[in-house]
Amino acid sequence: MSADLYEKRLLALARDEEHVGRLTSLQATATVDNPLCGDVVTIDLAIEAGRISKIGTVVRGCILCAASAAALSGQAVGLDATELRAAAASLQAMLADEVAAPEGDWRDLAVFTPVAGHKSRHRCVTLPFEAACKALENAGD
Amino acid sequence: MTSAENSRSPAGAARTFDVETIRAQFPILAREVNGTAFHYLDNAATTQVPQTVLDAIIDHETRSRANVLRGVHALAEAATKAYESARGDVARYIGAAPEEVVFTSGTTGSLNLLAHSFGERLGEGDEIVLSLLEHHSNIVPWQILRDRRGVTLKFLPVTAEGRIDTGALESLVTPRTRLISLGHVSNVTGAELDVGAVVEAARSVGALVALDGAQRAAHGAFDVQALGVDFYAFSSHKMFGPNGVGVLWGRAEALADLPPFHGGGEMIARVTPERSTYAEPPMRFEAGTPPIAQAVGLGAAVRWIEATDSDAIGTHLRGLTLRVIDGLAALGDRARLIGPGGSQSRYPVVSFVIDGAHPHDLCQVLDGHGVALRGGHHCAQPYMDHLGVTGTTRGSLALYNDESDLDALLNGLEDAIRRLT
Repeated sequence: MSADLYEKRLLALARDEEHVGRLTSLQATATVDNPLCGDVVTIDLAIEAGRISKIGTVVRGCILCAASAAALSGQAVGLDATELRAAAASLQAMLADEVAAPEGDWRDLAVFTPVAGHKSRHRCVTLPFEAACKALENAGD
Repeated sequence: MTSAENSRSPAGAARTFDVETIRAQFPILAREVNGTAFHYLDNAATTQVPQTVLDAIIDHETRSRANVLRGVHALAEAATKAYESARGDVARYIGAAPEEVVFTSGTTGSLNLLAHSFGERLGEGDEIVLSLLEHHSNIVPWQILRDRRGVTLKFLPVTAEGRIDTGALESLVTPRTRLISLGHVSNVTGAELDVGAVVEAARSVGALVALDGAQRAAHGAFDVQALGVDFYAFSSHKMFGPNGVGVLWGRAEALADLPPFHGGGEMIARVTPERSTYAEPPMRFEAGTPPIAQAVGLGAAVRWIEATDSDAIGTHLRGLTLRVIDGLAALGDRARLIGPGGSQSRYPVVSFVIDGAHPHDLCQVLDGHGVALRGGHHCAQPYMDHLGVTGTTRGSLALYNDESDLDALLNGLEDAIRRLT
């Protein structure tokens, strides 16, 4: 059911502002938009020795998108490009193929499990991960 | 909201309106969604289809399915007759001659046809006037033309009330203006265009006028001659007909002046290896097999609308529209109406922004209440940029909507605000 998407853990995640805002010193950035709804996500990354050392997010989008950006930024520090892409792939598989949410560090992604049944909202959730992957790609990984 | 400009109807058709009687004719309205009653308020995107239109399509496809115009067998004759009869229905509905009615794939198809064919004779320095309130389908085809032919696009501003600012016509329209192409009714704000002002400005410089009538066409018969415009585009699926067919009406002399858009069968007079000559309108613009069953369905939809009481429907929809507007006002500062606050010169499309709640989240929670709304930019990104928002939430009404739909909407909105903000 539609309203079940907005459970407390997801709403709390969407209100988490720890990593919200642009970075002043960064090595990678990307802005990705969803032309279907007009939402826009910008991800800034500081990178040290091939791994993310800081992340800043700016979301002009819905609660799902803001929560996804918070879930991403909560785990992104310390990841390299391969690990970030793997997390993005797990999220995509959760939504598109309804596979179980990952365990361990990415267990917060389980809050997005109900979104799997709402295809038109998948990209709301994947947009921050797309932006982060694109930022690393722009920086030459 | 403007009452129907005329009250033409097919000979002998009874004109009645009772919302329960109307609702009973739409099978889909009886279904449940998410375990609750279904409240369909996304009519600006697509209207639902009455049983009589479904029956007409099924009857055609089960008894008369064949290609049109060329065949001499019985079914081909029947299909051609049904297709041309639908053209006649549409012509009657809009006060036009059948040969001025071109069947297309929809409003977008109509406007692309117009931009391509009308634009074929334009060049550097020629100007097209649009507005910031337009649907993308009345912007992008002209941008493609601009990139192809070097024409200049000018955009009328939008007033604080969400209307195209026709006061700016004087400064934007010049002797180089060739066409003014605007939405008759906004798909975001519901505001009705001051067509008279546009036509007057265009005629003062010898320019033509095209209207995107997608949001007007469902609301009763109208008269393109009285409007005084040159082209009018609309879609079947927003006026209780099937998807896949729409109309470009063109004043006879204006259509005759246009070169073809697509090439192929049916649109030619003669083809040789060296060159082709083209059929007269409307066939010149209907290359290939047209959407026959869809056109038959559109004809049935037109007849169905004509049999309703457009004045009573106008009163019904004005009342519902004002109740939505009042309901939003009751939410206080959290809600901002995007569009005219009254019921004059507007149609039942009501957009709004709720402070702190994204349109998609609102729509998702409302879906849980069985209420179908639309959230997002509504294919009007220039206007969203003008407003400084990524999107709005939109409820759009049709004649089958009733008070229970609005109860569900307004109660659902309160619940959504409580959950999301």
